[in-house]
Amino acid sequence: MSQARQYELIYIVASDATDQQITDLHTQVEEITGRYSGTLDKTENWGRRKLAYEIGPHKEGTYVLEVITGTGELMKEIDRRLRVSDQVIRHLTVRVDEENRVIERARTLRKDDSQRRRVARGLPPERQPGEGPQRNEDDDDRFGGDVEEGM
Amino acid sequence: MRESRGRSSSSDSRGGRGADKKDDKKKSLFRRRKVCKFCADKIDDVNYKDVKLLGPFVPERGKILPRRISGTCATHQRKLQTAIKRARQLALIPYVTE
Repeated sequence: MSQARQYELIYIVASDATDQQITDLHTQVEEITGRYSGTLDKTENWGRRKLAYEIGPHKEGTYVLEVITGTGELMKEIDRRLRVSDQVIRHLTVRVDEENRVIERARTLRKDDSQRRRVARGLPPERQPGEGPQRNEDDDDRFGGDVEEGM
Repeated sequence: MRESRGRSSSSDSRGGRGADKKDDKKKSLFRRRKVCKFCADKIDDVNYKDVKLLGPFVPERGKILPRRISGTCATHQRKLQTAIKRARQLALIPYVTE
């Protein structure tokens, strides 16, 4: 059985494509998503960026990020479509739900831990503004512990 | 008796306590303790879209900075590796630069 999972899809559209073509691509993705009863959670247009290396004749491209919840079949179909498309010079699909869950868990664990320790020390659970050592970008106290000058 | 004295003095001249002390100092002067950036800054999410975050780990040439130099811990180096490779596919980071 296929399960609903969350994916991140990024595709790069050739810089000579018009805004209309980019919108068309987006609606195409949306339409496929609807057909496979998935949901489009987020869309982000990063705008035109310079590519780190040339891909064929292209030196620039428009990056579009879509966050999609759906099945593997859905992503397979989108992948196929994007591959066929002339305007899309590159695309990448990454499954993110599992990773996000792990990250979320790490965050809550750390937060709970710090709150517990703060309460144990008789402090309010949240750090107050202006409390504790104020970190400065320049003074990096992680190093320099054993750098001693003179005798 | 004389011989033993001679030996001890020779060992001194070869680099006894004085020289050792100097060496120690040199080491502590030039070797900083390396700390994993991601552990220290509590970055849980090593994301391939964040070019600014990955930038320092990809020097001029485009190769991934080894752990022995950056001091990244094994877990985060692994995550960093996947992130950099994904970013490369999307032309956010170069594969090689001449």
